This record gives sequence, structure tokens and C-alpha cells, in this order.
Amino acid sequence: MKNLLAASILALSAGLAGQAFAEPVKIGMITTLSGGGAGLGIDARDGFMLAIKQSGNKDVEVVTEDDAQKPELAVQIADKMVQSDKVDLLTGIIWSNLAMAVVPSVTAQDIIYLSVNAGPSALAGAGCSPNYFNVAYQNDNFHEAMGEAANKDYKKTFVMAPNYPAGKDSLTGFKRYYKGELAGEVYTKLGQTDYAAEIAQIRASGADSVFFFLPGGMGIAFTKQYAQSGVDLPLLGPAFSFSQDVLPAIGDAALGVKNTASWSPDLDNETSKAFVESFKAEYGRLPSVYAAQAFDTANLILAASAKASVKDKDAFRAALKAADFKSVRGKFSFNTNNHPIQDFYVREVVKDGDTLTNKIVGTAFTDHKDAYAADCKM
Amino acid sequence: MNRETLVNALLILGLLAAPFAADAMGEPFYVTLATRIAILALAATGLNIALGLGGLVSFGHAAFFGIGGYAAGILATHAFNAEPLLFGLPGTNQMVSIWLAAVAAAGMAALLIGLISLRTSGVYFIMITLAFAQMIYYFAISWPAYGGEDGLSIYVRNAFPGTNTMRPMSFFLIAAGLLLAGLAFFALLRNSRFGAALQAGRQNEIRLAAVGIAPFRIRLVAFVLSAMMTGVAGALFADLNRFVSPSMLSWHMSGELIVLIILGGVGRLAGPLAGAIVYVLFEFALGGVTEHWQLFLGLVLLCVVLFARGGVVGLLAGRARHG
Amino acid sequence: MSLPLFIEQILNGLQFGVMLFLMAAGLTLIFGVMGLINLAHGSLFMVGAFACAAVAAATGSFWLGLAASLAAAAMAGAVIEILVIRRLYERDHLDQVLATFALILIFSEGTRWVFGSFPLYLDIPPLLTGAASLPGGGQYPVYRLAVIAVGIAVALGLYVLIGRTRLGMRIRAGESDREMIGALGVDIGTLYTLVFALGAALAGLAGAMVGALQSVQVGMGEPVLILAFVVIVIGGIGSIKGALLGSILVGLTETLGRFLLPHLFALILPASEAAGMGAALASMLIYILMALILAFRPRGLFAAST
Repeated sequence: MKNLLAASILALSAGLAGQAFAEPVKIGMITTLSGGGAGLGIDARDGFMLAIKQSGNKDVEVVTEDDAQKPELAVQIADKMVQSDKVDLLTGIIWSNLAMAVVPSVTAQDIIYLSVNAGPSALAGAGCSPNYFNVAYQNDNFHEAMGEAANKDYKKTFVMAPNYPAGKDSLTGFKRYYKGELAGEVYTKLGQTDYAAEIAQIRASGADSVFFFLPGGMGIAFTKQYAQSGVDLPLLGPAFSFSQDVLPAIGDAALGVKNTASWSPDLDNETSKAFVESFKAEYGRLPSVYAAQAFDTANLILAASAKASVKDKDAFRAALKAADFKSVRGKFSFNTNNHPIQDFYVREVVKDGDTLTNKIVGTAFTDHKDAYAADCKM
Repeated sequence: MNRETLVNALLILGLLAAPFAADAMGEPFYVTLATRIAILALAATGLNIALGLGGLVSFGHAAFFGIGGYAAGILATHAFNAEPLLFGLPGTNQMVSIWLAAVAAAGMAALLIGLISLRTSGVYFIMITLAFAQMIYYFAISWPAYGGEDGLSIYVRNAFPGTNTMRPMSFFLIAAGLLLAGLAFFALLRNSRFGAALQAGRQNEIRLAAVGIAPFRIRLVAFVLSAMMTGVAGALFADLNRFVSPSMLSWHMSGELIVLIILGGVGRLAGPLAGAIVYVLFEFALGGVTEHWQLFLGLVLLCVVLFARGGVVGLLAGRARHG
Repeated sequence: MSLPLFIEQILNGLQFGVMLFLMAAGLTLIFGVMGLINLAHGSLFMVGAFACAAVAAATGSFWLGLAASLAAAAMAGAVIEILVIRRLYERDHLDQVLATFALILIFSEGTRWVFGSFPLYLDIPPLLTGAASLPGGGQYPVYRLAVIAVGIAVALGLYVLIGRTRLGMRIRAGESDREMIGALGVDIGTLYTLVFALGAALAGLAGAMVGALQSVQVGMGEPVLILAFVVIVIGGIGSIKGALLGSILVGLTETLGRFLLPHLFALILPASEAAGMGAALASMLIYILMALILAFRPRGLFAAST
């Protein structure tokens, strides 16, 4: 079965390979490939390049550079790619603060930017642009989905996030849909690694569940310490702390945690299954949600390039907006602000043999749109 | 001495000439890269007043760099949205006004930080300046009004009379002009009586006190001047990126400014410029070659410290360090 | 706010402080004896954590990992001391800062090259899982109690080593008069390598113990490094006693600040804003503490005599 799927993908890509674009496409990919956050960038790059490779298309060229998670460096690379490499499209940034540094200035220069991950609210509402397409999510979405899903079982949730804009957006998103009361609301220091003090507060708060947003190493640290602490309230969170890139580092401490995302490795559609198989075959690990989003981004670009010339900006933007590609998320379309309309799932961390992974246990939203589209005038 | 003057002249001429060549060849990105070099060199020249002349190893100059950047970002945002600042003052998108604001803000901060920090010396001074910079860094991250960690975008580069600053070449000339002014100021200061007293204080504090000069006040003035120059560079840096964020305030930035100076040559006029040229070019060239570029950058820095004492300028112009 | 919660938070502060002490002790020792500022001390912390995680994953034993972390960090310390650091003793602090800054870049990218970009898995040993009962009805993880115990044991060990042994005598002599002990026939090069390796091993031990609590990833040493510097500056550079008291002061301030400040702000502000304001001030608190102490005692609380 698995081989059959892989074979059909190959056949499909072979079919596409013959199809030359009206105009060669040059894509600039700025992502984080060094330092502590490199795992996310590497997953995004690998997912993106997998789609390009499968297409077998010789008319696509991708230039990749490492931003080291520094906004200033990301800006410099963007300038270089626009002015020197003369790329047609930019993509790849993982972090919201880097996106805020790069996106407004490149879209103002009429370069199209496609986001594989970050979706700050400033770019979804009043700051939206016809040159900015978000193929991932708006930052609030995963948290909103958890807020909605939590209504079913919980009445008194303790909420926690780092004290920076994405952290505040997270709790705002959660509270937008959550109807129960809050047992406590705590903002932690960005980059904090010891959560004993917060866990003690959770223990004393009388909560019936804990919602937290702690991306990267912060989430690994919290989940491990929480499991060691003996507090056994259910944990809820967005998928960032339970994606395939960090699960092996958390270990069994993550088992049973509910988290929300727009995609999961067990999602039941042909594109997704083929993607998971081929990613595993190519890189020897399971793909994370970042890899899935980047894979979709690449396929969206390929589909649009087949329809319109990238030099004809209006036609190309229209082709992108049509979102006429096979998404690993099943159905995918763009809202008026060029942000996705998609389903959000509740997943649970389970063990499949020796590997920790996620299993879909419910749907939080169908055809969900973000809260900022109304502010977008374009 | 003569040889160093020649090296200095060559470095400055090289920086000025390279963008014209790049512009002529239709490679505007190299103009942007040269602008970045000029701005970082200006920031490090500011630090060189405190560090090179006064021997005050400030590990917190990112604070002044970032304050300058935020001065530019905040004023431009208020001008863009036509909202008044505190006390009904308007924002502005005029670079000259912004520079003055950056100088004032960085100077005020340096005065307060200096009053406390200069009571300490040696490693304690290194660490207390770091502590103040970290305070401002965490404040900027958690303060929501101007974007917190997401930073603040400047949608249109601020204006300078008689030129279009969005053209890379125009903006480069502005930055280079300020760098030349900064270098001239540094040279004048070094050769002034004030500069002599400052350098004497670095070498022998007791002798200075014996001739009736209080080292504390001289150092405080030097620290404030140093912060002011770094603050202007911060404002330019914000305009270069059209963006300002707390990462301009981080301790990595402070470290980078120190690295530029040591790489180029401590206390030398063109040291920061030489350091900025080498550092930015290495970062740029290695970044495109391998994702492990930071490892090679580390090796290069290590070799400079171990085998090229006196930095790049020292290597080119010989050991003798005056002052 | 109940008593058990308060006791638990004090223990948390203590545990955090003890962990900082393991880092700070090495830093302050190296500064006191060799006069060297070592920014790469955080990298040795990282080396310890990675060695422990790798060996524990391969053998299934946390304890072998712990031993490996000590050995790996001490070895890494000795190697960089011989290759790089010993050329820096006669240089000024600036050169030391730059060289050890370069070492951070090399260690971080080197580790990522060897171990990949994804965080590693390291869990606490089965022997130390679970929680112990506290007086007053609270619960506290056994592992964290063990960390506190190890920290106290190391502090006592250092006290004995420096105060009562021949090596300690040489170390103290090295602190006060370098030429003199060379003249007495002590091989000063070996002594320095030993001291550096000892400091590195302590950092590696801290890395391994903390690695089991948080995530083992590249760059994990840097935040700890900055805090360890804060500690030794508050305590007085070169003083082990200062490092111990400084660590505990910083650990308690950090933990209790994070816990109490939002509550204080909640008296005058709505809950959500109070949480944000409190957290903002809490993240600046340690640096405010340090600036205050240095403003009144410019050489820290227990400055060494030199």
C-alpha cells in the first residue's frame, strides 16, 4: 500500500515534469537554519524542497539562506535576494518578529511573499497586502481552536504564555472562544526554562485544566517538569509544543496531551498520506506541521506558476488566490485577506510503536476564518 | 603613524568607492551592504570613545544603539499615523530631527547609567553595563505599546532634505557622511586636552588624580558622548532596515560592537571601520556558502585574537599604538 | 496564598540558586586563579547536557550519562585551555571576551553539526521520580530535592578542597601571587589546566542535571551564563562564598519575583494587565538587584582581597 502511494506520487510528478512554465520562477527562501530554533526552519525547508523535487520541474530555482533567527539579518538577506538575486517570490520565515521585519518592506516593493508559518495579526488586519499570502494560519487560530474545543470538557482553565506579542495574542485567541472561567492567567519570561514556580501556582489554583503556549525549548521544559511534578490536570495547547520536531525530546511526558492544529500526520486524505510517506522516505523522520505547511506553500507556487507567468503580477496573484492545488490539509482556500480558510483539528499525543506522534480525536472548527479579515481593506 | 594614516585613508576611500562601482555594475545590494558597514562602523566608533580611549569596556552599548533605533521608530510611527507624542509634541519623519532626538535620548540614558556604573571598574563595569542593557531589553520585549518583541516597522524610510532616501545610493551617502563626521569627531577628541586626560586615566588613574583632574567626570562625559554617537547609528540602522526590534538591544549586539572594535584594532581611528568591513563581509560571504557559517566565523575571530594582535589595522599598519 | 505554596516557591528558588552556583563556582574560580573572563562557560554547560543525553540514550542509564557529562565537560575544558585559553592569561579582558565569544560560536555550531538541529531527549532517572511530602501538606519533586542536595555537597566539597588540601593551597597561592608559586616549583601550567577542567566539570554537571528538567538544545547555556555572571558580580568576583550567597539571592529573587509581583500588581490593576506588568518587572528584577548592589558595593558583597 505504502509503495503504491509513493509510486503514484512519482507517476504524478513525472506527468507534471514535462509541463514547462510560461516563465522560470526564482524563489528566495529565508529561514532559520542555525541556533536553537533551527529545527523548525530545517523542517520547513525540507518540506518545501520535497515538493519542488517531486514536481521534477526544471524551471524552478530556490535560493535558501539562514537568518539565524535575527530580524536584522533576515532584512539583509531579503534585500540581497530582491536586489541581487532578483527573486520573484520570497518565503520561508518561521518567526513572527522576523516576518514583521521583512514582510511590510518587501510587499511594499511589489514582491510577493508567501508565509510558511508566521501569521502576525498586524499583517492579517489593517496591515494586509495583496502581495502577502499566508499559507499557514493566522497566529490566533490554533489557540482559538483550543478555546472552542475546551468548552466541551472544562469549566476552569489555567492559562499561560510568554510575555511577548505572540504570547498575548495566544491567550487573546483562546479567550475569544473559551466560555469557562480562568483559574489563573500567567505570563512567563521569554526563553524561561524553569517552570517550578508556575507549576506550584497551577497546583494551588483549583483549575480543572491547563492551557499553555510555550514554543520551542520552553514547551519541552514545561511539559517535562509538569509531568515530574505530580500535578495531573489535563494539558491543552496549540500544536507548536507537540509537533514532530519536539515530541522526541519531550518523551512520554507528552502522552495524552490534547493539542490543536490544521494538520496531523494521520489526516485522512491521499495527498497527506503520500506526503508523510515520501517525507519519511526522503529524510528518515516524520514531518512536523511546519514541514506540511511549507510543502503546501511550494505546491501552491507550482500550481500558480503553471497557470500564469510570475512576471505578470496581477495574473500571478489571481492564480495564487485561487489556491488551485492539492493541499495536505484536504480543503484549503484563501479568505479576503489572503489568509487561509481551513479546518482545525483536536489531536492527542499517542505512541505508535516506539514513535510518539499525534492522532486526530475531533474537529474544533470547520472552514474557520481569522478574526481580522474585516479590518483588511484591499 | 604615517603608515596608519595611509591605511585609514585607504579604508575610507575603499568604503566610499565600492558602492559607486557596485551601482555602476547594477548591483544595488552591495550599496546596501556598504551602508550597513558604515552604520555599524559609526556605532562602534562611538563605543571606541569609551572603550578605546577611556578603557571603559561597556558590554551594554546595545542599549544606546537600540534607544537610537527606537527613537527613530517611535517618531516615525507617530508621524505616519499623525498621532501626537507625549505632551502634544508631534512625531516627525525628518532624519535630522530624529538624529537629535536619538542623541538626546541615548545621552540621557548614558548619563543615568554612567552615574551608577562608573563607580565600579574592571569586570564589574563590564557586567553592570550589561545589566542595564538587559533591563532595557526586557522592558522593550514586554512593553506592548511599540510592538514588544515583534518590533516596530517604519513603512517609509525617513526623509532628508533634497534627496530620495529610498534610493540605496542616497541613503549610503547620508550614512557615510555621518560616519566621516563621527571619525572626525573621534580624531579631534583624541587629540584634545580632554582626550589626553581620558587616555591618561586609562593608563594611570593615580597620576591623573595627582594633577588635580577627577577621572570620574571625564569618564562620565566620555561615556555620554560615546552613547550619543552609538545612538545616532542606531537611528540610521532602524532606517536602513525600516524596522526596529528588541534584538537591537540584546547582549549579542553589545558583543558584536565590541567584536568590531577588537577585530579592527582597539583605540585606532579606523579600527571600527576595518572591523565592520571584515565582519559584515565574512557574515555575508559565509552565510551563502554553508549553514554552519557561524562555526567558521568563530574560527576566524579566534585566529584574529590569537595571531593578529592589534586587529586588522594593527596587521596592516604595524604594532605601534599611539595615545 | 497558602503556606505550602510559599514553602514550595522558596524551595524552587533554592533549587534554581544551587544550579546557578554550580556554574558560578567554576566561573569565579577561573577568574580568581587565572584572571580570565570565560564567556564560553555556558558552552561547557551545553557539552555536559549533550554528553549526558547521548550516553543515556545509548545505554539507557542516566547515571552513566551523568558520569559522561563530567568527563566530557572536563575534557572539553582541558582541551580548550591547552589550545586557546592559556594564550590569553597575559592578555587584557577584551581579548579574552572576544576569544571566548568566538568559542561560543564554534561550540554551538559544532554541537549542532554533530547532534543535529532537534532537541535531544533526557529524562530524570527512575530512582528520583515522584514527589516528597512537605511539612504543611505540600508536595515537592524528589529530583529537585536531589539537585539541592548535590549543590550543597559540591559547595562543601569545594570548601574542603580549597581550604584543606594541597591542591587547594596551590590554588589559593595562585590567586594571591602567581610568580611566587612558580618559584616554589609548582608546575603552574598543569595547575591552571586542572582548575579550568574542574570548573568545566562543574558546569557540565549542572548542564546534565538541568538537561533532565528542560530541553537539551543548542544555545541552552547562554541564558544561564548571563545569570552566572550576575551571580559572581553580586557575590564579589573570585569568592566562592560570594558565589554561593549570590546564587541563592538571585535564585530566590527570580523565583519569588515571578510569583509575587503579579499578585502585587493585581491589587491595583485588572488581572490580565497585572499579569503582564508583573511579568515585565519580574524579568528585569535581577538586573535591578545587581545594579543596586553594585551602586552601593562597587566590588560586590564579598570581594576578594586582590
